[in-house]
Amino acid sequence: MDLVIPKIDALSLCPELVLSITAMLVLLVTVYLPKGRKDPAAYVGLLGIFIALMSLTLLWGKPRYAFNNMIMVDNFSIFFNMVILVTAALSILMSITYLKEEGMSHGEFYALILFSAVGMMFMTAGANLITIFLGLETMSISLYVLAGFLRDSNRSNESALKYLLLGAFSSAFLLYGIAFIYGATGTTDLKGISEFLSRATYMKDPMLLAGMGLLLVGFGFKIATVPFHMWTPDVYEGAPTSVTAFMSVGVKAAVFAAFVRVFSHALWDLQPDWNQLLWILAVLTMTLGNVIAIAQTNIKRMLAYSSIAHAGYIMMGMIASNELGTSSILFYMLAYAFTNLGAFGVVILFGRKGEGNLDIEDYSGMGFKYPVLGLLMAVFLFSLAGIPPTAGFVGKFYIFSAAVKAGYIWLAIIGVMNSLVSVYYYLRVTVMMYMKDPVKDLEGLHWSPSMIVALIIAVAGTLLIGIFPSPYLDLAKQSVLHLM
Amino acid sequence: MIPLSYYLVLSAILFTIGVVGVLVRRNAIMIFMAIELMLNAVNLSFVAIGKHLDSLDGQVFVFFVMAVAAAEVAVGLAIIVNLSRNKETINVDEINIMKW
Repeated sequence: MDLVIPKIDALSLCPELVLSITAMLVLLVTVYLPKGRKDPAAYVGLLGIFIALMSLTLLWGKPRYAFNNMIMVDNFSIFFNMVILVTAALSILMSITYLKEEGMSHGEFYALILFSAVGMMFMTAGANLITIFLGLETMSISLYVLAGFLRDSNRSNESALKYLLLGAFSSAFLLYGIAFIYGATGTTDLKGISEFLSRATYMKDPMLLAGMGLLLVGFGFKIATVPFHMWTPDVYEGAPTSVTAFMSVGVKAAVFAAFVRVFSHALWDLQPDWNQLLWILAVLTMTLGNVIAIAQTNIKRMLAYSSIAHAGYIMMGMIASNELGTSSILFYMLAYAFTNLGAFGVVILFGRKGEGNLDIEDYSGMGFKYPVLGLLMAVFLFSLAGIPPTAGFVGKFYIFSAAVKAGYIWLAIIGVMNSLVSVYYYLRVTVMMYMKDPVKDLEGLHWSPSMIVALIIAVAGTLLIGIFPSPYLDLAKQSVLHLM
Repeated sequence: MIPLSYYLVLSAILFTIGVVGVLVRRNAIMIFMAIELMLNAVNLSFVAIGKHLDSLDGQVFVFFVMAVAAAEVAVGLAIIVNLSRNKETINVDEINIMKW
């Protein structure tokens, strides 16, 4: 037993460090701000995110391990970190007015978003199961608080409790999986695990397989794959809408990054074992998500089921497990981030204090009353449904073609059929907006500058990626080049 | 010297008790305690495996798990207290505003 003191390589952790310091700064700044006027705290947070984004570019193209192989800084993690930072920035922009309307404008909100983003970034960069676990928990614990942030609202409380209990329950499974993997391979280092497995002759070690299964359960809970998805609609519906937006994209990005690293790399030699399982899970996830989404009347709940379905599509990229598959996951995540955040942005803007204007029926006639907002919502919904020329279409195209290329024709067919089903419920909102008369008074929408900026970024991202996909695809391809 | 398998079996039993506790109990705090039991069952595995392999990773992992569990409890109890203020119940069957 020897303990090596790791070399401190602060540069590799620059974005995470910047973000953590910013989060603490936000906490400090907010103390000196008058009650109810916490906007400057948000701007401090945005500045920190911007600096972190800049510092990411410093690390691009120089893959390296840091801190005694605990952290892996490669293009893969940088790409995901970029998605996470954009998500955090857009969520903060969307929260500023929303929180004021709800009467909960507190600086701690922004600090928690930043801490959660730090956890996500550690997950994507984790080269050791310890780092991945710690990142996951940092992310989740901040999110439990964020989900219950509207502390006088029963729905928000309920959402936080459900998320907390099921989240902690699933982390225990993940942890038990890690313990089994550690017992079977003698290490928690991802590279060490893959080296051990490539040397080992006896692959059907029950401990190893049990560990793999438990890890699958743990990750499955967090990305809401089907047998483990029951918490998603409740949590997404009850949480503050801007938190839902942040969760639906950020958590997925971070957990998929760790999922790919652990399964497609560390456990690569078990690929025949987990591939079948993932195949079934992906089909179940897509189908159930899409079918149940049809029956929803609440727009946040509908988007929650839609996010379950999207997790199923993304899993197809993992099943394909070729280079195109992995890069299409990254591409899809980027496209999904802009699209989904945009859709939630419209929901936030259109919503009223408390639970107002969250039913799909409330959107009747909205397209005529607010032509710009209606158009934006239509673009985001088309992108979620995968209709060209939006980002969602290109993302789905690459994912499906990766599956076909790897020989999973049936999976691709099921995916396309699911996409068709999803068009129904996405278009239903559009139909409501443009073809129905308003059921209630739609006055009193106020556009705030920060929300406008967020929506412009989201719609620009959605259309730009949809019309000129190749630079982003190249970026995604470069990101998986030096993986591990 | 007690063999490794004894520890692993004990840990599996504790973990199962925890899982059953989460599924059967209806009081939010009891569910939370059952989750803590699950985490500690895992800790036992880590320590035993670490000792067996003569590697420090397992022991170190346990410290991280304990720190994380403490943070989770702090947040969790705050959420439960807040909920009981608003709703005056912590029975998870009565916390059912949202369902499909």
